[in-house]
Amino acid sequence: MATAAAHTAAGTEPGEAAHPAASSARTAEQQAAFDEAVAADERIEPRDWMPDAYRATLVRQIAQHAHSEIIGMQPEANWITRAPSLRRKAILMAKVQDEAGHGLYLYSAAETLGTSREELLDKLHSGRQKYSSIFNYPTLTWADVGAIGWLVDGAAITNQVPLCRCSYGPYARAMVRVCKEESFHQRQGYESLLALSRGTKAQHEMAQDAVNRWWWPSLMMFGPPDDESSHSEQSMTWKIKRHSNDELRQRFVDICVPQAESLGLTLPDPDLVWNEARGHYDFGPIDWTEFWAVLKGNGPCNDQRITQRRRAHEEGVWVREAAAAYAAKHGKATA
Amino acid sequence: MTATPTPAAAPTPTPAPTSAAASAQAAAPARALPANVAALALGDDALVLSHRLGEWAGHAPVLEEEVALANIALDLLGQARVLLSLAGDEDELAYLREERAFRNLQLVEQPNGDFAHTIARQLYFSTYQTLLYGQLASGESELAPLAAKAVKEVTYHQDHAEQWTLRLGDGTAESHERMRRGLDALWRFTGEMFQPVDGIDVDFEALRESWTASVTAVIERATLSVPDGPQSGAWTAGAGRQGLHTEPFGRMLAEMQHLHRSHPGASW
Repeated sequence: MATAAAHTAAGTEPGEAAHPAASSARTAEQQAAFDEAVAADERIEPRDWMPDAYRATLVRQIAQHAHSEIIGMQPEANWITRAPSLRRKAILMAKVQDEAGHGLYLYSAAETLGTSREELLDKLHSGRQKYSSIFNYPTLTWADVGAIGWLVDGAAITNQVPLCRCSYGPYARAMVRVCKEESFHQRQGYESLLALSRGTKAQHEMAQDAVNRWWWPSLMMFGPPDDESSHSEQSMTWKIKRHSNDELRQRFVDICVPQAESLGLTLPDPDLVWNEARGHYDFGPIDWTEFWAVLKGNGPCNDQRITQRRRAHEEGVWVREAAAAYAAKHGKATA
Repeated sequence: MTATPTPAAAPTPTPAPTSAAASAQAAAPARALPANVAALALGDDALVLSHRLGEWAGHAPVLEEEVALANIALDLLGQARVLLSLAGDEDELAYLREERAFRNLQLVEQPNGDFAHTIARQLYFSTYQTLLYGQLASGESELAPLAAKAVKEVTYHQDHAEQWTLRLGDGTAESHERMRRGLDALWRFTGEMFQPVDGIDVDFEALRESWTASVTAVIERATLSVPDGPQSGAWTAGAGRQGLHTEPFGRMLAEMQHLHRSHPGASW
C-alpha cells in the first residue's frame, strides 16, 4: 500500500527495521510526540511521523473532498452554455474553474500523504471512494445555479471553515484558499437568487422551486446525525474535525433562516421556528432514508455523474499518453 | 473537386441585405459605422469561441486543462463583453440577434471535436488574434486600449495552443494522427481571417504572411506538415464576417439564447 510505504520513508531512519525492539520503543515515542503536537494545536506536516490510521482517515477525507469538487463541476457546467446574461456566464465559468482548481489543490494535498491523483481517480471511477451526495441531484432550471451557490456552497463553507484549523498542515492551508473562493461562490448564488426573487413572477417561482428542491439535500450535506456517524469521534480527537455534524447543521440552519427572509423566499419546512430557550431554530425531521438511498447509488444522477467522469477520463487517455511520450522524448527542459 | 478558389475569386456571399435579412438583423447596431463593424466582428469571434470552450467544462482530458480551457474562455468572454459594449448592449447583441446577424469567423463556431481538433482551432485563431491585437495595440483606433490588454491574454492562449500542438504532434502515433486530422479539417476556415474588416486598420496581407510563418513553424516543430488544401470553401470565402455561417452555429445559438429569449425583458 502506497501510504504505508510513504509512512516508512518519512518516519523511519534507514536500518531501524533491523532492530524490532528499538523500533517499537521509537514508535511509542513518535506516537507520544504526535499526540502532544495535536493536543497543543500544532500542525502535522508531511514528513512528520503520524499513525497509519490518521493518514488513512485524511486520505479518505481529502480524496472525497477532491472528488466532490470535480464531480460538482458537472451540475453547474450544465448551465454554462445557457446562462441568461454574459455577466452571469462569466461568473459561472469562473466558479466552475475555481472548482477544478480546488480539485487540484486537494489532490496535491493527498499526494503529500503518499497517494497519487491517478490512484484516487481510479478509486472514484470504480466506486471505491465517494463524493458528496449532493451532486447526485439534478440542476433543472437556471435558478438551481443560484440555489447551489447559496445553499450548497453555504453548507460547504460551514463544514470547511473549521478545516482551516485542521491538524494536518497541507490540508488546512489548502482550505484557507478554498474557503475564500467558496465565500465568493456563496455570495454570487445569493445575489443571483435575489435577482430572480425580485424579478418577474416566473423568475420568482423558478427561485422558490429551486430552494424547495435544494434545502433538504443541503441539510443532509453535514452527514448523518451524531449518534450514527461512524468516523466522527476519532476525527475529533485528531483535530481533523472540530465540530459534530449536528452542531454544524444547526449553525447552517441558523444562518439560512434570516437570509431566506431577505431573499423573499420560503424554506420548505413547516416546523422551522425560533426556539428562545435553545437560542437556535428548531427544524423538521430529515428524511434519512433518502440520504442513505442516494449515498448507496440510487440518487437521480449517480450513474450520469460517474459515467460522464469516466468517459472524460477515458477519452483523455490518448492526450495524457501523448504528453508523457513528449516529455520522455524531450526531457523536462523543453516541457 | 480539386479547384482551389482564392478568396478574391470566390463569389461575394452576401451582398446588400435583403428585406428578410434586414429584419433578421433588427438587433444589430443601428449605425453601421466602421468602428461598430470592427467591434462586432472581433466581439463575436471572442463570444462564440468562448462559448465553444465553455462546452469543455467537465469533459477535459486532465484537470489542468479544465482550468486552462476555462481560463481562456473567460479571457475571451471578457474581451467579447468590452467589444460588444462598444457596438451596443452586450446582452441584446449576444442573445437577441439571429444567426445571420453574427459577424464571427466560421472557424470559431466549429464544434469542439476531440481535444486535438480544439487545439488546432486554438492554434489557428490565437495566432491570428495575437498578431492582430499586437498591431491594433500600437495603433490609434478606438480598439487600441482593449487590444493592449487583450494581447497579453492571447499571447498566453497562443503559447498554450503551441505547447499542445507540439505534444500531440510529437507525442504518440495516435496523437500525431489526431492532431494532423484536426489541422487538416480546420484549414479551410483559415483564409477568412485575412479578409479586410471595416474599421480595422491593419495590413491583412502582411498579417497573412506573419500568420503563415508562425503557424508553419509550430506545425513543423510538431513533426507535422502544413495542410495543402484550400484555405476557403468553394463559395464561403469571408462569409462569417458577412453573416453566413455553418449549420452547427444555429444549434449553438439556440442553446445559448433559449433561456434569455424565454423571459423577454427580464433582468438576471
